[in-house]
Amino acid sequence: MLLLIEQVLNGLQFGVMLFLMAAGLTLVFGVMGLINLAHGSLYMIGAFAAAAVAGATGSFLLALAASLAAAAAAGALIEVAVIRRLYDRDHLDQVLATFALILIFSEGTRWAFGSFPLYLDIPAWLSGPVSLPGGIEYSRYRLAIIGVGLAVALGLYLLITRTRLGIRIRAGEADREMIAALGIDISRLYTLVFALGAALAGLAGAMVGAIQSVQVGMGEPVLILAFVVIVIGGIGSVKGALVGAILVGLTDTLGGYLLPIAFGQVMEASSATAIGSALASMLIYILMAVVLILRPTGLYGARA
Amino acid sequence: MSRGIAINTAVLALCLAVPVYAHFAGEPFLLTLATRAVILALAAVGLNIALGHGGLISLGHAAFFGIGGYAMGILASHAQTFTPIADWPLLIEGTKSMPVIWLVAMVTSGLAALVIGALSLRTSGVYFIMITLAFGQMLYYFAISWPAYGGEDGLSIYVRNGFPGLNTLVPMQFFALTATVLAAAMALAHVLGRSAFGLALNAARQAPARVEAVGVRPFRLRLTAFVISGMITGLAGALFADLNRFVSPTMFSWQLSGEIMVIVILGGVGRLFGPLAGAALLVTLEHVLGGVSDYWQVYLGALLLGVVLFARGGIIGTLAGRDVAHG
Repeated sequence: MLLLIEQVLNGLQFGVMLFLMAAGLTLVFGVMGLINLAHGSLYMIGAFAAAAVAGATGSFLLALAASLAAAAAAGALIEVAVIRRLYDRDHLDQVLATFALILIFSEGTRWAFGSFPLYLDIPAWLSGPVSLPGGIEYSRYRLAIIGVGLAVALGLYLLITRTRLGIRIRAGEADREMIAALGIDISRLYTLVFALGAALAGLAGAMVGAIQSVQVGMGEPVLILAFVVIVIGGIGSVKGALVGAILVGLTDTLGGYLLPIAFGQVMEASSATAIGSALASMLIYILMAVVLILRPTGLYGARA
Repeated sequence: MSRGIAINTAVLALCLAVPVYAHFAGEPFLLTLATRAVILALAAVGLNIALGHGGLISLGHAAFFGIGGYAMGILASHAQTFTPIADWPLLIEGTKSMPVIWLVAMVTSGLAALVIGALSLRTSGVYFIMITLAFGQMLYYFAISWPAYGGEDGLSIYVRNGFPGLNTLVPMQFFALTATVLAAAMALAHVLGRSAFGLALNAARQAPARVEAVGVRPFRLRLTAFVISGMITGLAGALFADLNRFVSPTMFSWQLSGEIMVIVILGGVGRLFGPLAGAALLVTLEHVLGGVSDYWQVYLGALLLGVVLFARGGIIGTLAGRDVAHG
């Protein structure tokens, strides 16, 4: 039972990390109508910036700040240099151009940092277990990730519903010509939204980098999971991204834990582990397929 | 139009000149590269039917490529260890015969395309891209975590499978075989493009509402195109596995889906000879740039970015002019 609660918390942690990725993707799609495959590269850039700064200064907070700044800067740079030319192109051109960006970023990072993974250490004040009510011991760092993720979700909600920038973002989703006609510098707004999404991806990369290793190509598996999340949640909806991310995080973690146990009840242990883990690796895609059959535009999606 | 024909002839001549040169100069490695280009072109011919004619931006075609590869790997590995694949309810033996393997590869990848297509085609646009990508990734993780056929390490086949009347271990003969298959697939793509089905499919891409108004369901057209497309890419996967005599989950990887799509785009979307030109260019770049720098993909990325931003019809489109796209 304690193990189950721990797995639920792991699922939550995985979910909020996916949310940080999916939020940027879904905002960029909602406001600019752009599909960005290079979002995973921004995640990688955040992780590498954090590892480099942590290695140089030893400060984890500085490393996190560096990941935000580096990913936002890289995001703003590619928005101005490349992405801006793609807004009125079709999705195929967007897919290819951002695929090309992945190649450039991945190989560029490999050139700058080498092929070997870097390691980012969890700071002393966040390491070790923490006791939760009910006698559960849980990793303090993973709990902190959940906290940061939920705080970002709340912050995004307030940003979008309560601030002038949020009004402009929502107006940009609804009618981009109209807000340009109202005298709002639409291209600056786009750069800002893109950089915001990039910063969130970079933050996710840095935080996960301390649990896993920091290496080239770390972003793409997460990117594809973030796609699954926003397909489930509905493209363009930040609320959908949050619900979808938690759903995917829990399904993946609990499936990997529970399915081998469930198969173990009816067959011998070794084949139960094999079948259970093979099936568990497919579970979130099956979840996606089920959501699509029931609601082709996702849980909170409006547009087709 | 004559300019288009001239360019296609030039592409074809160039692609035939390389293996002939390799054969007489005694450079089997060059011939292997040419075979690789032909097989990737075949996969791209498959994708081009869905992408070029149907407008279906599938970023998950590695799924079919991998299924074709594993069809070969599973059949051949059982044949080389003399163990049946299944003995109940009926006995299924492995095989080393290419025609049988091709048939199995096409049927299984066609069935997978039917299921993935039926689910994915409920959506359109950017959803479709993400969903096909996700299904490809699903099979990738399945192949990694399924231990029966090598899991993450993949499967090695010791001797290349046979084709009646040929010695497939001779590089020239295997090349000629793959080139014939490619020619047949291109002929099929050409006939398909001119048929009533192809015209309706193109119409469904350009104006779905009008197609529906004359009583044709775009969903069926697209699903049929997706299945044909998946079968051809699956066949390419079986050949690719035979070329390397090795199958691994990387055949399912999303980078491979991206690579097949890059081939189609570099060559020119919807062009009959586009996949061949694109595959020849990609394999050449891989070989030439790979010799110059370990980080050659940076240059590939820059080139691709240039093509997308400035030369939108790909090689054949840029050379032939925009007027004959989708010919």
